[in-house]
Amino acid sequence: MRTLNLLAATAFATALSISSAFALTVGFSQIGSESGWRAAETSVTKLEAQKRGIDLKFADAQQKQENQIKAVRSFIAQGVDAIFIAPVVATGWDAVLKEAKEAKIPVILLDRTIDAPKDLYLTAVTSDTVYEGKVAGEWLVKNVGDKPCNIVELQGTTGSSPAINRKKGFDDAIASHANLKIIRSQTGDFTRTKGKEVMESFIKAEGGGKNICALYAHNDDMAVGAIQAIKEAGLKPGKDILVVSVDAVPDIFQAFIAGEANATVELTPNMAGPAFDALDAYLKDKKEPAKWIQTESKLYTPADDPQKVYDEKKGLGY
Amino acid sequence: MAVPTIVRERTPQLVVLAVILALNGIISPGFFSIEIQNDRLYGSLIDVLNRGAPVTLLAIGMTLVIATKGIDLSVGAVMAIVGAVAASLITSGYSLPATLAGSLFVGLACGVWNGALVALLDIQPIIATLILMVAGRGIAQLITEGVILTFNDKPELIFVGSGSFLNLPMPVIIWIIVAILAILVVRRSALGLLIEAIGVNRRASTLSGVNSRVILLAVYAASGLCSAIAGVIAAADIKGADANNAGLWLEMDAILAVVIGGTSLLGGRFSLVGSLMGAMIIQSLNTGILLAGFPPEFNLIIKAAIILIILIVQSPASQAAMANFRANRQTVAVKTESREHAAR
Repeated sequence: MRTLNLLAATAFATALSISSAFALTVGFSQIGSESGWRAAETSVTKLEAQKRGIDLKFADAQQKQENQIKAVRSFIAQGVDAIFIAPVVATGWDAVLKEAKEAKIPVILLDRTIDAPKDLYLTAVTSDTVYEGKVAGEWLVKNVGDKPCNIVELQGTTGSSPAINRKKGFDDAIASHANLKIIRSQTGDFTRTKGKEVMESFIKAEGGGKNICALYAHNDDMAVGAIQAIKEAGLKPGKDILVVSVDAVPDIFQAFIAGEANATVELTPNMAGPAFDALDAYLKDKKEPAKWIQTESKLYTPADDPQKVYDEKKGLGY
Repeated sequence: MAVPTIVRERTPQLVVLAVILALNGIISPGFFSIEIQNDRLYGSLIDVLNRGAPVTLLAIGMTLVIATKGIDLSVGAVMAIVGAVAASLITSGYSLPATLAGSLFVGLACGVWNGALVALLDIQPIIATLILMVAGRGIAQLITEGVILTFNDKPELIFVGSGSFLNLPMPVIIWIIVAILAILVVRRSALGLLIEAIGVNRRASTLSGVNSRVILLAVYAASGLCSAIAGVIAAADIKGADANNAGLWLEMDAILAVVIGGTSLLGGRFSLVGSLMGAMIIQSLNTGILLAGFPPEFNLIIKAAIILIILIVQSPASQAAMANFRANRQTVAVKTESREHAAR
């Protein structure tokens, strides 16, 4: 049995070394597994690498920058063709990025940016959280039309940048439409429990929910909690109160299937796809990409075959 | 005038609760209206009772622990563990009784672990329970494999969180039953007295024949059990186990509820009824803040300011000042009376 295993392992290693002789080798230093989205980002990155025949060396930093720096140094020592970093913090990267630059290894940042001179990395692939809020707001503007519409807002954790930006984008989108008005806005800490509790209070404070025409939640989890609160108040989420949120986690698609939510803006876990494309163009044609690549903030509605999207997303480890 | 002892002893808490509820009534005119919606009582007052369930349950266990001069920081993390266990049992096809039994057993085991560290190894409670507080969410993450484990298709477990019986939400019924049982057990037997004795002086009570180890173990186990019940309710409420956020920071609210309820962190005399009122005060405050519609940046500041006022009013210094004031008034009254006598 053991020999068999050993044999298999040797065969596998040979296969690996052959494949790496042909294709690119990319080192990826991931923050860790802090959330379902993060887990999905990791699995999508691995899938994207596989699709392109790239040998991905994966390092989990367990939420520590020193682990990320160690991982990057070891990638440099192994002479990889490129390094992807999902940085856990914004500062303290200059030294190790200089080492990578001296070794002529391009570095691409995923999902978050850093405070470092821009020549130290090739590009950063992130989503624009202000734009996410804007897409959600525009959907509502389009679907409400000229009817007066009172909106309640479930904010993310007070002071966090996605909460500030998603609020700003949404406010911008509805600013020029006087019929749309945010009547209550309160934090739900990005969690289901608080989303439900705060929605209960919104409904009671606004005449049993009769004054509320739409809910905008800064993430899907809060929306899922709020949907339960709306149902328990004897109202129909998705009909009596429109529900629009951000993230596109699998559970919101179940709400789509049940007709209880109306729209969500995707924070795509696929940061690696655009990064691999930019890397490819850079290595082949020496084409310098822009310093910031914005991922698509795709709008999903129940018209987008939610069952199919749910099945696709369910396997990603959200 | 025959005021029941329990009311007289808990006057400060009753007054605070009444004041906060009255304020809520002013902020939100519909606060006291209760109607029946989907066969279930519905209204802000019911929300206070319902949303307060986790903290109330935690406060029951916490009161007993604090009475022994201990503290249990792990209650929030135990909620997360138990929620994860309940979700994974029910989704793997176990029946509701089996799921509940398994979940409560895990909570009990967490409590026994804390109790063993404190009672058998004599580790200071704040450190002993800190271990599980820190490790607990990791354990819960391992059980849920890092995702929010949902059970949308298990109405039997969801019923525990959002069902109703006799028109009352299940969480309310559960915490009232647990509270009554706890009060009966500690006050209809000598157990309450023994717990207080350990809190006042563990050595002295051990020397006078109290089996302090077993009792310490038991109070931490009870706290674990209460956390477990709270954990099941919290998971059932959102139809899923959220290992990252279930019960987050609730240990602090539970400790606060006990303190507002009049039990000293130095151990000794305790009042379960006081802690229940403390929990209701905190929840009325939370609900009131949500109804008021202030910008969320003010939530915590308002909460802190009101709690500061409550604690100042209850502090020994202001209690002494109050007593002094009352005594002076009485003396003045007596003096006037005697002068009147003399005049006659």
